[in-house]
Amino acid sequence: MSTRVAAGAVALAMLVALPAALSSYQLSLLTKMLIFGIFAMSLDLLLGYAGLPSLGHAAYFGVAAYTVGLLALRVANNFWIDFPAGLVMAGGVSALFGLFALRTRGSYFLMITLALGQVLWGIAFGWRSLTGGDDGLPSVPRPRLPLPWSLTEGVPFYYFVLVCFALAIGLLALVVRSPFGRALVGIRESERRMEVLGYDVWRYKYFAFVLAGLFAGVAGNLFVYFNGFVSPSYLNIVFSASALLMVILGGAGTLVGPAIGAAVIVALENVISAYMERWVLVLGVIYVLVTLFAPSGLVGLVKQRMGASRS
Amino acid sequence: MTALEIEALSHHFGGLTALDRVSLAAAPGERLAIIGPNGAGKTTLFNIITGIYRPAEGRIRLLGQDVTRLPTHRRAQLGLARTFQITTLFPRLTVLESVLLAVQGLDSARFTIHKSRESYGHLREHAESLLADWGLADRAGQVTRHLSYGEQRQVELVLALAGAPKVLLLDEPTAGLSPAETASVVEMIRRFSRDTTILLIEHDMDVALDLVDRVLVLFQGRVLAEGSKDKIKSDREVAAIYLGTDDA
Repeated sequence: MSTRVAAGAVALAMLVALPAALSSYQLSLLTKMLIFGIFAMSLDLLLGYAGLPSLGHAAYFGVAAYTVGLLALRVANNFWIDFPAGLVMAGGVSALFGLFALRTRGSYFLMITLALGQVLWGIAFGWRSLTGGDDGLPSVPRPRLPLPWSLTEGVPFYYFVLVCFALAIGLLALVVRSPFGRALVGIRESERRMEVLGYDVWRYKYFAFVLAGLFAGVAGNLFVYFNGFVSPSYLNIVFSASALLMVILGGAGTLVGPAIGAAVIVALENVISAYMERWVLVLGVIYVLVTLFAPSGLVGLVKQRMGASRS
Repeated sequence: MTALEIEALSHHFGGLTALDRVSLAAAPGERLAIIGPNGAGKTTLFNIITGIYRPAEGRIRLLGQDVTRLPTHRRAQLGLARTFQITTLFPRLTVLESVLLAVQGLDSARFTIHKSRESYGHLREHAESLLADWGLADRAGQVTRHLSYGEQRQVELVLALAGAPKVLLLDEPTAGLSPAETASVVEMIRRFSRDTTILLIEHDMDVALDLVDRVLVLFQGRVLAEGSKDKIKSDREVAAIYLGTDDA
């Protein structure tokens, strides 16, 4: 436990110090990694802890991003209204979708979350007058906060995202250690047993589903501010699938693993898309390699190595 | 007041009648064996008592309260526990973690989300004392799926006992065990609190008759016979369909 705290402190110190050493382009990549890290961790709560493989997690990310983008562009660029509104929409949509999705299990759950996510994609794609269709929403402004630094600058915005990231990982780490979080793991292992032990399984899964939607919403909010742009591709299945891949690549059920997975995917995408357009193909290859050679993800590999060197 | 009372329970799977107007009553602390050939409806009966299936007809009363329409977890909260014929433990969790989940299930902390479970010392103490009581303390740190089958059965019994249930349903607790493992499981069940009402499904007649006060025989979804151990042993019809006809 103490080594974990130490590792966390070192990682945090590095994240705090890094901007000094990075170019503005590299810093924006790092910012994106943190935002996608929050997104991947939110999905890990479902996949890694509750055992719910959602293939529509982009829905909550995208809905929050569109909400913040629309409000900031069309209504008022007021952080204290827009940011909470993004969360309310993400939470609301996940509360609604959860009612349908949690009637199913396993691959049916996968299919229905996929279908529900695609409904939102279809709306964003088709309702041009509101969402701009596949052109998306351009030039979403960054929020103005009563801070001495402007968030339009790369470094202050990075620190703003870092604070959100630290809060997200701290809260999620608490949730997965709480009695509620331990019960989710029990549900992942055996739902029937948990019912017989007195757990209202549906209620746990539903709450986890909404909570994951909310944290995905945090990521979506930050992303639209970061990117200044959102398009239907942040609602569609490819984005949901890459989130799943981030979780699996990093190590499902480890929280920090998916954040690392997100960083790796963002970095790879950045490198590879400079040379070729078939990024999705590369994602597919990564998926195959991970399932074959590191089924418990990068964190699992490291644990294995450390275990091997100890014994 | 009866601990468990079942009234004219029927259940169908498609066109097949699994249970046909089955009634039974168990007094507090009573130990009742349910025997019958495969397909007699024994496990279906347990699934209905625990709320996994909804019966087509009939009523179930647990400690005087009608629970026919209550979901499984609510029945567990009232004091009903069970084990499964096929072990559905938590394969990748340690024994201690599994028992902690069982202890936590009936604790008011079970919905807490903002505090680490480590801060609930009483849960851990309770779980550890259960493991110590049942001789599994040295297995606490082991991952469940790495235990022997017999030990898994014992862990399952500890999970069921964690909430000090008023009514406990045991579905073939010795199925698939070696004679030595069977003996240790039987010994465990014998040590269960006499305040707990136990319904036991068991194929091994020696085990069943050794542990219970009364026997109920199910055959093709119906109660064929019911009574004391001696009465059932001498029942010709029971002997014919179940015990074999050699000595009838």
